[in-house]
Amino acid sequence: MDAVLLARIQFALTISFHYLYPPLSIGLALVLVFMEGMYLKTKNPLFLDMTKFWAEIFGLIFSVGVATGVVMEFQFGTNWARYSRYVGDVFGSSLAAEGVFAFFLESSFLGILLLGWKRVSPQIHFFSTLMVALGSMLSAVWIVAANSWMQTPAGFHIVGEGALARAEITDFWQMLFNPSFLDRIHHVLMGAWQAGAWFVLSVCAYYLLRKKHEDFSKACMKIALVIACLSSMGQLISGHSSGITVAKYQPAKLAAFEGHFKESAPGKLYFFGWVDEKEERVKLGFGLPGMLSLLVHFNPAKPLPGLKSFPKENWPPLNIVFQSYHVMIAVGMGLIGLSVLGIFFWWRGVLFRNRWLLMLFIPAFLGPQIANQTGWIAAEVGRQPWIVYGLLRTHEGVSKAVSANEILVSLALFTAIYIFLFLLFAFLLLKKIQTGPAEGELAK
Amino acid sequence: MNLPVDLNLLSFCVVVFLLAGYLLLDGFDFGVGALHCFAKGEEERRRMLGTIAPFWDGNEVWLVTAGGVLFAAFPKVYASVFSGFYLGFILFLFALIFRAVSIEFRGKLSAGWWRGIWDAGFCASSILAGFLIGIVFGNLVRGIPLSADGEFTGSFLSLFHPYSVLSGVMAVSFFVMHGALYLVLRTEGELQERARRWAACGTAFFSVVFSLLVFGTVFQVFWISTLVKQQPLILLTPAVVFAVISGIFIEMKKRRDLRAFFLSCFSMLLIAGSFSAAFFPNLVISSLHSGQHLTVYNAASSSKTLSIVLLIALIGSPAVLVYTGYVYWVFRGKVKLDSNHY
Repeated sequence: MDAVLLARIQFALTISFHYLYPPLSIGLALVLVFMEGMYLKTKNPLFLDMTKFWAEIFGLIFSVGVATGVVMEFQFGTNWARYSRYVGDVFGSSLAAEGVFAFFLESSFLGILLLGWKRVSPQIHFFSTLMVALGSMLSAVWIVAANSWMQTPAGFHIVGEGALARAEITDFWQMLFNPSFLDRIHHVLMGAWQAGAWFVLSVCAYYLLRKKHEDFSKACMKIALVIACLSSMGQLISGHSSGITVAKYQPAKLAAFEGHFKESAPGKLYFFGWVDEKEERVKLGFGLPGMLSLLVHFNPAKPLPGLKSFPKENWPPLNIVFQSYHVMIAVGMGLIGLSVLGIFFWWRGVLFRNRWLLMLFIPAFLGPQIANQTGWIAAEVGRQPWIVYGLLRTHEGVSKAVSANEILVSLALFTAIYIFLFLLFAFLLLKKIQTGPAEGELAK
Repeated sequence: MNLPVDLNLLSFCVVVFLLAGYLLLDGFDFGVGALHCFAKGEEERRRMLGTIAPFWDGNEVWLVTAGGVLFAAFPKVYASVFSGFYLGFILFLFALIFRAVSIEFRGKLSAGWWRGIWDAGFCASSILAGFLIGIVFGNLVRGIPLSADGEFTGSFLSLFHPYSVLSGVMAVSFFVMHGALYLVLRTEGELQERARRWAACGTAFFSVVFSLLVFGTVFQVFWISTLVKQQPLILLTPAVVFAVISGIFIEMKKRRDLRAFFLSCFSMLLIAGSFSAAFFPNLVISSLHSGQHLTVYNAASSSKTLSIVLLIALIGSPAVLVYTGYVYWVFRGKVKLDSNHY
């Protein structure tokens, strides 16, 4: 098999698997901050029980996130050596900053969060939780900055030629605040908050339906529902603004999102469809004509450049980008609807008795996971054929010293180990959920 | 920017500092892991895990950060070394994954078979990770077949040359000594006595392997042989390391455990420091042609990026040292088993 394809599959596998965990831990860390903050404020032991229970689950999620995350830090070097040489001068400083400013903070205070209950005062413990949450979000900031630079490179110039060409930084702040960074970090962080909040909602809805841990679940749900609702709504703003940035800087990607082929025509906004790559049109689709132009330019008649305005060798794979993008949007909308319903019934005072809604909440933890994964697929596959947009093609970035067979070996091992890891993780998580929180005296 | 300092040298120092920090900190929990299977009974194992539970994760960040800084400051080294040692490095990552998971998953069920699996996993992955660090170190010292365009041209099996295997064994023996000395500090009673015996054996074994490695290095590594001929005084360095190792024995005998542990740290700092000094300005030595070495100058990023990296280190490291130190202080003293889940 082709070494480039194998390296891409391996990267896709390891990053998708890794990305099941960080959004959950970033979101849960935020939930923990509110829970423990409430405990400090009210001294109600219920909030302490909540913090302790979710902190233990946080620890489990975090450990798998760390174990799979170390792989990512080095995979640029192992499998994408040419890319690393090309971008190191620009991209590397974000990774270094991530280690220094985020990972140290997060992992040092994690020890206190998980094991320091009896060793520090409640205030210091809360501070540690806050630092873990801050560290986890900062790590997202730096890595999304680096990834955004690959989407919309800025603050650099190219030195050298041919195989020796590489990007060299000219302006750190321009590099960091490259055009797509702010929109994307909002989008990513809110996606993570949704993941954490919906996870809590899902577990607590299950408890309520089982008539277990009712006070606990109600209190957890109130905090999580507020976070879920605000971040779901916030995604509309960050998503919309991301779309405008993509239209401006990566027009071929936007065209792929919506299967927009015509060279210059108002863009249609599809709800669903199937991209026929041979006939170059969207089949079985339903959409609003002009709506894409309206969203991007506030004018439904304004034409947008379609795929045909770009040479075919610069097109990303179309259907996968189209489908993942639309799944993300559909799920995102569903999550908005569900959280608004939740808030509505809470306001009416019947949320915790509303069986059908609670039943819908149980599988809803999958929603943010699906949206996060498909969103990243749309973003990363949509960037193809470039590894650094407009500058370096993906197939040029691969390690020459690594043979296809070697990647096949590592890919097989990664697959086996990750399946094993996932099964164990799921088993332990479900067991912890079954056991439930230790309440009152037990928790002390 | 024209600064009167050598940015490349300073960046090299930052990388060495992070790697040395990694070896000292994750080093002791590798050692605890390697010794884990020698503990008697569940209670001792839990206490051993308890000594590293709050720290191991933070310790690993030193490696991750070293990787990030290497990527930023010396991207060519990052690219050539990690792609060159491909399968070796992937194995190392798997070992780290298993370690993390073993530590975290072990206590989640109380069944004997479950804990037995993770005990074995923790022990084996700690030994494997330590061994592979030594393999990488040995290969870097010997020099690797690096082509003119900076690509590794050797094979996976070529990494396991006798010299690098010896270096791998040395790394494991250092970690065992270091971890045992750490356990002596953090435990009491019967376990502490056992840790003392492990520390004595570990230190003796380390001194034997280290002397073999010194011989191997002086006679087998071409560029060091040349260096020794020009500057015979550098042979004083291993002599100092031996003095430090004897110091460890003396302090252990006098039950000054903290000093013994710090001497163990010092021995590693001496080894890492002297090799780094001998390497400079090279980062990766090409066994094919001396013109193809990767150096802190030809493999570095622009001076602008180097100054950014140094600024990040300058701003970040005081904070990192303060809260790392704080966490170690919070969890100081002898480990008692309480309701924590290890």
